[in-house]
Amino acid sequence: MRGLFKRFKEGLKRQTPTFQKAFDGIFSGAKLDSDALEELEEALYTADFGAETVQEIIEEIQAAYKADKSMRGEDAARIGARVLEQVLEGAEGRVTVGQHQPEVICLVGVNGSGKTTTSAKLANLYQNDGYKVLLGACDTFRAAANEQIQHWANRLSIDIVSSQHGADSAAVAFDAYEAAKSRGRDIVILDTAGRLHTKSNLMKELEKLHRVIQKQEPSAPHHSWLVVDGSLGSNSIEQARMFHKSFPLTGLIVTKLDGTSRGGAIVGIYRELKLPIYFVGLGEQPDDLQPFSAANYARAIFGITDETA
Amino acid sequence: MLENLTDKLGKALRNIRGTGKLTEENMTEALKEVRQALLAADVHFKVARQFVTDVKEQCVGQEVLKSVTPGQQVVKIIHDELVKLLGEGTTELEDKKPLRIMMVGLHGSGKTTSSGKLARYLAKKRDYRPALVACDVYRPAAIDQLERLAENEGCAFYGDRNEKNVVKIGQRGLDAAKQADANLIIFDTAGRLQIDGDLIEEIKDLKKAIQPDEILLVADAALGQEAVNVAKHFHEAVQCTGIILTKLDGDARGGAALSMKSISNVPIKFMGTGEKPDEFDVFHPDRMASRILGMGDVVSLVEKAQDTIDEKEAERMAEKMRKADFNLEDFLQQMQQVKKMGSLGSIMGMMPGMSGVEIGESEEKKMARTEAIILSMTPQERQTPRLLRGSRLKRIANGSGVQVRDVNALLKQFGQMQKMMKMMRGGKKGKKMMQAMQAQMGDGGGLPKLPGM
Repeated sequence: MRGLFKRFKEGLKRQTPTFQKAFDGIFSGAKLDSDALEELEEALYTADFGAETVQEIIEEIQAAYKADKSMRGEDAARIGARVLEQVLEGAEGRVTVGQHQPEVICLVGVNGSGKTTTSAKLANLYQNDGYKVLLGACDTFRAAANEQIQHWANRLSIDIVSSQHGADSAAVAFDAYEAAKSRGRDIVILDTAGRLHTKSNLMKELEKLHRVIQKQEPSAPHHSWLVVDGSLGSNSIEQARMFHKSFPLTGLIVTKLDGTSRGGAIVGIYRELKLPIYFVGLGEQPDDLQPFSAANYARAIFGITDETA
Repeated sequence: MLENLTDKLGKALRNIRGTGKLTEENMTEALKEVRQALLAADVHFKVARQFVTDVKEQCVGQEVLKSVTPGQQVVKIIHDELVKLLGEGTTELEDKKPLRIMMVGLHGSGKTTSSGKLARYLAKKRDYRPALVACDVYRPAAIDQLERLAENEGCAFYGDRNEKNVVKIGQRGLDAAKQADANLIIFDTAGRLQIDGDLIEEIKDLKKAIQPDEILLVADAALGQEAVNVAKHFHEAVQCTGIILTKLDGDARGGAALSMKSISNVPIKFMGTGEKPDEFDVFHPDRMASRILGMGDVVSLVEKAQDTIDEKEAERMAEKMRKADFNLEDFLQQMQQVKKMGSLGSIMGMMPGMSGVEIGESEEKKMARTEAIILSMTPQERQTPRLLRGSRLKRIANGSGVQVRDVNALLKQFGQMQKMMKMMRGGKKGKKMMQAMQAQMGDGGGLPKLPGM
């Protein structure tokens, strides 16, 4: 596990500009006046946390500053990390495979969030853990989506069930489940088509998929994860809210955190919907999918390096 | 949301009624609201700060008009300023043939889809003969995706699944396009992070090799604060000539557009507004400004109506209504025209203050059912609804999967409509007509009610 967390931090640290520098500038002055507070607020806004979390962090820092005027940027960053960690308490999703045979994981999300790539990475991860995995290619809409996931399946030698372009995605889900069951797979991962949460007809399609899976196995899907693009802003919260309505979610996967974006919108999502974050995507390689750690995330974002903090 | 911002500004400005002038002091609270609104729409904080400062300069010293509230006045100033900022620069592409376009952007921003849409758009509106060249050698099946799109658009395509050198693909693509007699060549590239040194080098090399006339940055309208870095770095690397904003059919406020425009000064040229190939249009700064401020999109709605509704047809209809020989056939046609504009939900979304309204699946269903009923009639029956009795009614009900009483309800409603038109023709009894009209609107029936209107 240690190795995993290390990589997680490295991925985020690689490019993420930390707050420390900004904070140092703010706290080098004589007093924390309204200008300095505004600067602080703006620095925090760059992470897409959302107003509420920003406000909380500022309040904490202000209180600490009142108590100790000699505060430095580093101390402020530490406070920020602590508040963020508190906000994200309970946000670490963990899966125990084996309670269901097969365990059904369903990935949903808007266009271009990275569902297909994540499906492949996820399958790879579980396969490396010794589980027998099957992929269900339920994106029957986008041109060549089938080929894309098929390619991954070949490359990582993962079992796959797919259909024709334009086929009914719920039917593919049905077939994938049946196949996983009869072939004795531990996990079936269903990759769905990207859809904007504002398209009610496409959301209805998801509802149907849900019904079809449930008909086969009332407890399924055991995990319904929304794949969120980490570089998006506040709209992610709206996405999560709408998807949750049509397709009850059990958690999130945040992708594209290897850039300079900090994926702060997940904080807003967690605050509102309390959906735990299971994995984060930190790169384009098959093993760049890592379990989420609130502590590491918070520290990486605020640029706190020492392990004892 | 318009109400929101206007209300908020109204509250923040309520003390200045009667003071005559907007000053820095009496604006402070209001400007804070503006800044909050911009940040909530994902505008980058630096851009928001600059923008607020500009607006302040504009506002200070202005007379408070008597005719509007200070809130409305300030919103107007903000809106105009936003339009100005967003709209700087031209949306036109270079006017030449052959035209070479290179698409760049982050992963999943919609480059491949936009390539297809752009080809279609330019072929239709500018008579180009497009060719698509697949330069994404990383994402599995990206080449297949583009090829599929080229097939659908019936345009030339070049890709090489065995070649990993993007520069070579680009050059061969140029030759292939020439061979195919294409005069618009669109190069679709792989998604990349703006900070990925190697991949940024790759598009620089490709740029050198193919000498594009236009380099379009494709960006998701829902991007967060990161948008600034994306635009800045891509622009620094390859000097983008334009931005395509995608996924505007979502409900993101799209502050990223303002951030990118302000930071890079690259004009926003196009926008993607849906999954269908023709849901693509030139960029409209005024609509985007309204959207960022949460003010709905009436202009788009009107244009959409103009685009889809045939003017002659509309005149013919109006004439028929005047003469009161409006039959079920016409009714059906009218309904289909409304439907052509898109789902009722998407139409409602463009109305100010309605973006949150859940418009009726049920209304939509009602409309479909009415359509089905009329479609189950013979042309003769549609023209003379009087014919509809007994077994005919039963046949229609069976044909459209409804009960006879549903057919009767439709006919009754239609009868009322006709009566109303006759009254209009009469030109008198104005009051009675109004009442009849209200009754008609109230009962909803075949055509959907517009909630809250």
